[in-house]
Amino acid sequence: MAVTDTDEPTRRDFLYIATGSFTAIGGAFLVWPLIDQMNPDASALALASIEVDLSSIEVGQSMTVKWRGKPVFIRRRSAEEIEAARAVPLSDLIDPEARNDNLPEGSPANDQNRAPAGKEEWLIMVGICTHLGCVPKGQGMSDKKGDFGGWFCPCHGSHYDTAGRIRKGPAPQNLEVPVLTFLSDTKIKIG
Amino acid sequence: MSEDHTYQPSNAFTRWLDERLPIMGIVDHMMGYPTPKNINYWWTFGGILSFCLVAQIVTGVILAMHYTPHVSMAFNSIEHIMRDVNYGHLLRYAHANGASMFFIAVYIHMFRGLYYGSYKAPREVLWILGVVIFLLMMAAGFMGYVLPWGQMSFWGATVITNLFSAIPYVGEAIRELLWGGFSVDNPTLNRFFSLHYLIPFIIAGVVILHIWALHVPGNNNPLGINVKDKQDTVPFHPYMTAKDGFALVLFLILFSYFVFFNPNAMGHPDNYIEANPLVTPAHIVPEWYYLPFYAILRAVPDKLGGVVAMFGAIAVLFVLPWLDTSKVRSARFRPMYRQFFFIFVACCMGLGYLGAMPAEGIYVIASRILTVYYFAHFLIILPVLGMVEKPKPLPESISKAVLDAHGGSASANTAAAPEKR
Ligand code: HEM
Ligand code: FES
Repeated sequence: MAVTDTDEPTRRDFLYIATGSFTAIGGAFLVWPLIDQMNPDASALALASIEVDLSSIEVGQSMTVKWRGKPVFIRRRSAEEIEAARAVPLSDLIDPEARNDNLPEGSPANDQNRAPAGKEEWLIMVGICTHLGCVPKGQGMSDKKGDFGGWFCPCHGSHYDTAGRIRKGPAPQNLEVPVLTFLSDTKIKIG
Repeated sequence: MSEDHTYQPSNAFTRWLDERLPIMGIVDHMMGYPTPKNINYWWTFGGILSFCLVAQIVTGVILAMHYTPHVSMAFNSIEHIMRDVNYGHLLRYAHANGASMFFIAVYIHMFRGLYYGSYKAPREVLWILGVVIFLLMMAAGFMGYVLPWGQMSFWGATVITNLFSAIPYVGEAIRELLWGGFSVDNPTLNRFFSLHYLIPFIIAGVVILHIWALHVPGNNNPLGINVKDKQDTVPFHPYMTAKDGFALVLFLILFSYFVFFNPNAMGHPDNYIEANPLVTPAHIVPEWYYLPFYAILRAVPDKLGGVVAMFGAIAVLFVLPWLDTSKVRSARFRPMYRQFFFIFVACCMGLGYLGAMPAEGIYVIASRILTVYYFAHFLIILPVLGMVEKPKPLPESISKAVLDAHGGSASANTAAAPEKR
């Protein structure tokens, strides 16, 4: 700083601070492109939606499809599975939110809010554990399904129930339900 | 100490150079750098680490000449290196096992520092720079392991990058920034390759600072007492160069055993299966050198809590110089600390074992106990010990202790006396 005896800020002080601020703001503008280039690029953002034919899936069977590089679990649930999921009081849930991208945020995680309206047989979710991103077991007929009969993530031991809700283990959230539309009774569009 | 030496250029060329770039003075300082004459073989790991860094850079730059950082070709380009490139398998095995050897050396180097109190004043900055190097090594090792694009590469990358999503508010954004997409994919592989190439050179820079910070106070030593005069030291060359060289040869024998006879012993067979984003291997484990930290991560039954504990386990090392309240450096004169040191080593090994086990039943309980102990060692035991422990009397000087131990008479002519251990 300029050496002066007066307490009054001098013209030089002003110029000094103005130059410094100008440089700092300019520097920030310069850094932004260097960071933002790391964010998902146009080709990653332009990921199309996919259409899936459900006609080959029997009750009690599952199918995994790939969407945006991630697995999507499609399960045609049995009546017992639906019943088991409905019998769970909301107060037993670790994550009380539906995590359904088709519903407003904060909807409660009851079974009706997890499965598509009027098609509760179908449970369609992104098959990525909300802990650290492994793909839980439970799609295959012989897989471990965990303590709640849904899915089990072997990476750090998260148990999901028959509505894909987290019930035990380190995962903080229910499996995500992606945006989806039924094009016909046996055809869906994800995304 | 560094002031003891004033470099005198010996011929016309070096005089000319010295006036323009006084680099010979640095070389001269390094050669004549006075080292305590009682330092033992635990002190040779600094030199071994320097060797490891150079070896990784040399083998790595060569591998990069044959490797392709693209999701559709990365896995095959590794097989191409292994099968087609002349000596490719050797270079790859040297680089992969070199990483493990690097970590073996750094862990020994760090435990040496813990045992002899090398982190205490006036070496705090030296220690902190060491922890920075350690963090950078972990980052480099992690990103390097992703490059072969095997199943462990992919799922290791997925789990570790997802750690960042635990950060409140900005976590998801950071994760997307790391991925360059919505999952680990080609953009991720590309940037990891770029950063994996860069980080070792940053490490090299920090090593220069580390050694600079070493040469200001000088080496610690097994007695942990300060150097008093010239009699306590010997010049780095030829004494330490010879000793470090000998230790390096022993280290290289072990290194060669792995490279030539057991190159996949420290790797994981699942990494010879190409990455598949739809199937997680039944049991994912990180490389052995991350296992203790992985065990801490899994010990906490909460996502954010686990991540905080894991990073905290390293962060606590940064403040270690201020947690240890004892003025005495070396564990030789701290009978209680010495015992707690060995318990701590066992605790770290135990965590390493548990990190490799499935996260179920007794293993989880054991990990929790050891995690609590790990932090208690730094946050409770060390501060309290300094106050309650009665250290043994310290020797007057390094020279005196050496001579007493070997029953010799005081001789000023250290250079002529054969080195005794
Ligand atoms: C690439 C990694 C590293 C290299 C190349 C390196 C190199 C060296 C060298 C050459 C020395 C002097 C010789 C010796 O005392 O062993 C040294 C000393 C030291 N290093 Fe490192 N180091 C590395 C990592 C670390 C790490 C991770 C730590 C601890 C967190 C650390 C802590 C220390 C301390 C405390 C000393 C002083 C030892 C003493 O004089 O007692 N270093 N290092
Ligand atoms: S990633 Fe599923 S439990 Fe950790």
